[in-house]
Amino acid sequence: MAALNIKQGSTSHSAYDLRDYHAQGVASHTLAVLVDNEAGVLARVIGLFSGRGYNIDSLTVAEIDHEGKRSRITIVTRGTEEVIDQIRAQLGRIVPVHDVIDLTRTGPAVERELALLKVKSSGEKRIESLRLAEIFRASVVDSTLESFVFELTGTPDKIDAFADLMRPLGLVNIARTGVAALLRGC
Amino acid sequence: MSRQMTGAEMVVQALKDHGVEVIFGYPGGAVLPIYDAIFQQNDVRHILVRHEQAAVHMAEGYARSTGKPGCVLVTSGPGATNAVTGLTDALLDSIPLVVISGQVPTFMIGTDGFQEADTVGITRPCTKHNWLVRDAEDVAQTVHKAFHVATTGRPGPVLIDLPKDVQFASGTYVPPKSMTPNHYQPKVKGDIDAITKLVELMETAKKPVFYTGGGVINSGKGACQLLTELVDATGFPITSTLMGLGAYPASGKSWLGMLGMHGLYEANLAMHDCDLMINIGARFDDRITGRVADFSPGSVKAHIDIDPSSINKIIRVDLPIIGDVGHVLEDILKVWKARGRKTATAEVAAWMSQIDEWRAVRCLAYTSSDTVIKPQYALERLEALTKNHDRYITTEVGQHQMWAAQYLQFDAPNRWMTSGGLGTMGYGFPASIGVQVAHPDALVINVAGEASWLMNMQELGTATQFRLPVKQFILNNERLGMVRQWQELLHGERYSHSWSESLPDFVKLAESFGWKGILCTDPADLDDAIMEMINYDGPVLFDCRVEKHENCFPMIPSGKPHNEMLLAADADAFKEGATLV
Repeated sequence: MAALNIKQGSTSHSAYDLRDYHAQGVASHTLAVLVDNEAGVLARVIGLFSGRGYNIDSLTVAEIDHEGKRSRITIVTRGTEEVIDQIRAQLGRIVPVHDVIDLTRTGPAVERELALLKVKSSGEKRIESLRLAEIFRASVVDSTLESFVFELTGTPDKIDAFADLMRPLGLVNIARTGVAALLRGC
Repeated sequence: MSRQMTGAEMVVQALKDHGVEVIFGYPGGAVLPIYDAIFQQNDVRHILVRHEQAAVHMAEGYARSTGKPGCVLVTSGPGATNAVTGLTDALLDSIPLVVISGQVPTFMIGTDGFQEADTVGITRPCTKHNWLVRDAEDVAQTVHKAFHVATTGRPGPVLIDLPKDVQFASGTYVPPKSMTPNHYQPKVKGDIDAITKLVELMETAKKPVFYTGGGVINSGKGACQLLTELVDATGFPITSTLMGLGAYPASGKSWLGMLGMHGLYEANLAMHDCDLMINIGARFDDRITGRVADFSPGSVKAHIDIDPSSINKIIRVDLPIIGDVGHVLEDILKVWKARGRKTATAEVAAWMSQIDEWRAVRCLAYTSSDTVIKPQYALERLEALTKNHDRYITTEVGQHQMWAAQYLQFDAPNRWMTSGGLGTMGYGFPASIGVQVAHPDALVINVAGEASWLMNMQELGTATQFRLPVKQFILNNERLGMVRQWQELLHGERYSHSWSESLPDFVKLAESFGWKGILCTDPADLDDAIMEMINYDGPVLFDCRVEKHENCFPMIPSGKPHNEMLLAADADAFKEGATLV
């Protein structure tokens, strides 16, 4: 008998069809999930993503209706059209989920993220960081003689760009909220 | 009619209000208040099991044979963790269950208390939904919600975790009727435009096939009748998954038999060559599709399912219809009749004669023997000798399960209980007990393999205690037959750990629990031995010694399309030419 020679990812030797998750047409989608704010609801949503092998690039959650006990979860994920459809349908199966909206497909949508960046520097670098913050409309929310904490709101790309600029100027820490998003128009 | 009572009393009252007659369970520290409430009433009968996993399988057997939800009561910690396999099994096969677990008191949660486990955390991915109830005022509402969620939409298991202090505390009981309406109301009516489109496709289809699944049975007896009416009126052939057997009668003229990895030749080829596939309540499981890329390449595919996530999950379909099978079938029949009951009669007749040619291959033929009992022969005789009885069949998992699906005939739904999705060895014995509890006078047979059966053998005591005359028909080949078969065909005949060593003397084992034990080794004695089993008024453990190296055919080898299935005669050629190993 010859040795086992099973090619990785081959379908002809497995009972299972090994899907290629790096297939073409993978795109980023922002999903808004409206849920009852009950114990464990976030764990259900996250567990679905990890259990079924989907990605979470960003996740934001907070109660949006205190009386109705309703929360809005905003998830940025990636996948082919088929995978995104499947994620939406699977989310819809969770009992406390009321609605799932694909903001990328239904869009256009406004997407914003808030970041806090701590920059530690002195002299020219300190002045330069302040100048750049002005260009990005970041505000200083804390200051010592050697450091600033900047607050910046914008798209994830804008925050990435600002963080990249701050890195050589003494960026020591960054906290980001993840994306919050709403459909444009009424 | 709200009344003050303890949390524990509310649980029992709610069970009564939902028409629960029996609950399967095992007591422990954290559920003692509920056991106390059960002790003080006679409406809900409690079946004491020997292991919590078996309690869940019993409830599954009860649910599948009655169409009602099954109920389970277990304690905290190990009681709940032992229930996990059963919950997962019920989730994959969409069986409605309400499982109640005890929990340590609320003030001890998170302290690693004695018999504490994060039950809602552990069971979150293996239930349709679950709840931890922290206030006695919420107990009644939660139990009502649990029954609603378990039984509506795609059914499934739910779990309620009840801390001990909540069971002791007093609260207000509200009956199910006064429950605030839940937002969870799955859609049952299908889109009428899509249904009309399907009827149009049916009118012109030349090579149609119905591919039905467990969803038809879950939809109820009415749905099964509608399916039979539609199939018989159109004359289209019908095949079914393992889960859907009995929804359309096996004696019906359009019946092709089961499809899939060990399905019938004619069923799989009809699926491969059809031009219109109508999937009703099935889910394109990998054991059905074979290689996805080559699955039924030339067909238009319609898919009726109550769960939107089943649509396009594995196979991209052309016409999805989301709704309850019964409702959708009713509308299909209505529209099809109103449009003049048209089908492409001549083409469908030609299709049926093509199918008859495939039938003539006689894919279930096997080499018979005078000296050793062939497992296929044992099932043929079991079928012949029991078919006129009020009969229910459960199975374990493996070769015997596939042979049972191939050789036993089911003319009605809810008569066939098997672990399809999860493939849980140890399912069949407790499931047969659950079925017998629901149908005390029926002939309930668990077709088993010796290895699977041993996985829940402790339930011998339960059957004895509750005088349940279940029949355990063990096809004993002293092997893990299906594992052995794959090792023979795909792993160079290296039989790694696939034999049953140190088996008990099944007759003595039976007798030690007050059962009858029967040993049969000779094909000539088989009929008499089966009759002895049927006629014995009590539980029977039937040790049927069968051919040790029999393989289960037809078989679609792993990752192959439907039209490359192996019949018994091809097996040796496959092995010799196998570049697989």
